[in-house]
Amino acid sequence: MTRKVIKAAPKKTTMKKAIPSDIDTQAGYVRIEDAPLLPPPPSEVGVTGWLYKNIFASMSDFGSVAAALKSVFVAASTLFILYFLITQISGLLDFAIFSAVWSDPEGLKRQACWTVEQGGALPNGWHAACWPFIEAKAKFIFYGAYPNDDLWRVNLTYALGGFMLAWVMIERLPYRKIVGILLLTVYPVMATVLLTGGAFSISTGTIGVATILGLALITIGRLGKAGYVSGAFGDLTMVAGVCGWLVILFAAVLAVFAIDFDLEAIDTRDWGGLLITLVVAITGIVASLPLGILLALGRRSEMPVARFLCTVFIEFWRGVPLITVLFMASVMLPLFMPEGVNFDMLLRALIGVTLFSAAYMAEVVRGGLQAIDKGQYEGADAVGLSYWQSMRLIILPQALTHVIPGIVNTFIGLFKDTALVSIVGIFDLLGAAQSTLADAAWSTPVQGLTGYLVVAVIFFVFCFGMSRYSMFMERKLNRSHKS
Amino acid sequence: MAQPQNTAEQSIDQKTIVSMRNVNKWFGQFHVLRDINLSVDKGERIVVCGPSGSGKSTLIRCLNRLEKHQDGDIFVHGIELNNDVKNIDEIRREVGMVFQHFNLFPHLSILENCMLAPIWVRKTPRAEAEEIAMHFLTRVKIPEQASKYPGQLSGGQQQRVAIARALCMQPQLMLFDEPTSALDPEMIKEVLDTMVELADDGMTMICVTHEMGFARRVADRVIFMDEGQIVEQNEPEAFFNNPQSDRTKLFLSQILGH
Repeated sequence: MTRKVIKAAPKKTTMKKAIPSDIDTQAGYVRIEDAPLLPPPPSEVGVTGWLYKNIFASMSDFGSVAAALKSVFVAASTLFILYFLITQISGLLDFAIFSAVWSDPEGLKRQACWTVEQGGALPNGWHAACWPFIEAKAKFIFYGAYPNDDLWRVNLTYALGGFMLAWVMIERLPYRKIVGILLLTVYPVMATVLLTGGAFSISTGTIGVATILGLALITIGRLGKAGYVSGAFGDLTMVAGVCGWLVILFAAVLAVFAIDFDLEAIDTRDWGGLLITLVVAITGIVASLPLGILLALGRRSEMPVARFLCTVFIEFWRGVPLITVLFMASVMLPLFMPEGVNFDMLLRALIGVTLFSAAYMAEVVRGGLQAIDKGQYEGADAVGLSYWQSMRLIILPQALTHVIPGIVNTFIGLFKDTALVSIVGIFDLLGAAQSTLADAAWSTPVQGLTGYLVVAVIFFVFCFGMSRYSMFMERKLNRSHKS
Repeated sequence: MAQPQNTAEQSIDQKTIVSMRNVNKWFGQFHVLRDINLSVDKGERIVVCGPSGSGKSTLIRCLNRLEKHQDGDIFVHGIELNNDVKNIDEIRREVGMVFQHFNLFPHLSILENCMLAPIWVRKTPRAEAEEIAMHFLTRVKIPEQASKYPGQLSGGQQQRVAIARALCMQPQLMLFDEPTSALDPEMIKEVLDTMVELADDGMTMICVTHEMGFARRVADRVIFMDEGQIVEQNEPEAFFNNPQSDRTKLFLSQILGH
């Protein structure tokens, strides 16, 4: 574009109004009437505006041959990408929906999905999903070897969890906070009892000891608060008080686990499929976030011991692959345990996954903490907030909002990493689907594709759902504090 | 100037708000505060001025433990400022601070910014805290902005909110760290007017600022600092019209010249 030289004063000949005689146009410039507010050109608003900004964005200049060629190239590549997308998506839809076999009324099993050449009824060259196979295997893929009579327990757990989660997520509903707290405390205990059957053999002695220990720690904490303990021990009493409440909570949980609700005990070895994936992923996600936050705060703490311990923990768990962690937990841990103590396999996997994920989460949160302006810490200190108060009310809300993309990223990665538990013999969603592929009664050329397609869709639904919800959270939180 | 407390008891001297004796501070090798002796009575308005790097901000930040001093004593409202967390917390409750860059909490509304400290530090019930917050927001003349967020306000308004936030804790002492240095000239006046009103109402304040007009109008004492030491302090008229030290004369010629 050629530059136009803009003159400061308009020439006399272009002025349309008569100039009052007392204004000296040679000395400067005085505006007599406001410049008109004009409507925008088509390239800014409306459909044409959208076209200009999105399709023709790099094609605004048709002034030279090079620019014209560039425009043609951009248009051609847009068309090519569109073509590619349309063919691939239509191919996928055709495979999954339009050409797929949906029912097997005569119970032919694999024959229902065979072409004429192979001995079935479908035309040659047919290649699409065989849904009766999934229908037959659905129970195994979703529940594993869970006894059929007790599937209601799994469904109840899902329904309850989904209901409470939806309650917490929908803005307009009241008591969201209370439901949220129940979801994090009461629901896991209930879910464990429902799924395993409860009635663990915990002696009342253990529960009694735990209760007494908890009460003792709480008393120490109270004494410290009232001022009977001074100096450095004062901080320890606060820690003791908090630990005391945790121990009491633990004792309460043990008590609930010991109750016999008359449910059939189901070993975790019988769980499988989507049930395992959800249990491992959700436990890992929910437990690793608070643990990761504490580790991040510890790593940034001024106390050298806390900083050292947190750094060692984080670097160790980030330094080993998850598959090694699971392997070690399943194979090597029993060697170190005393004779007869049998740690549940699934529990071992849960602990390994949680600790592993907490280390990653800690670094993500630490990035957020570093990004907060030092003035925020100072402002919180200056009004007299304590360390934990300023963290809870000022710093962490801002830090966590900043790193939502990182946190959700870690969550989604964890969800997919749960597939690794198959290495220690636990049948997750992928493992269950893979084992169904070995069934010869359903052997067709599309058996594998159909199975993997289902697994892929289920993973995609969960991961994309998490991703979308995080976008929603980000937009909501940004609205509140950016101008 | 009143004598600072000599006893180690916590008897609160109602008259002396700040007492600094032979205070020294180092940032690593750099000796940033040298032999500071300062005493501030209740109701006194002090303006601290000096070239950048002279330690004025560090001086007032030492008063609420945003910086730690390595030598000498500091007593705020009779409480000794040392490593004891209880003392620091008590002092911070009695000292309000206004920062150059406001340091408002962007994720909370204006009202919540002001209510936060009374609720969580003084354990005031929510309704009462809201009343107090609205009272002080009205005092700084922006009650209508209460439900907005800091990002939606202009710089002058944000700084006035910061002043209201500090006032909501009803402190004995207000510290101002270059409150108008980050503001456009049009907004400086509204903030200075608020500070003048505050001063006229009898608030004890120590203000680090370059606004010499404000100093003349409001200060009981002007302190000039250079290279970490208090070079000269005097009443405003004497300070501006008859500076004693050469360094003071040089500084005044630079700052009042333009």
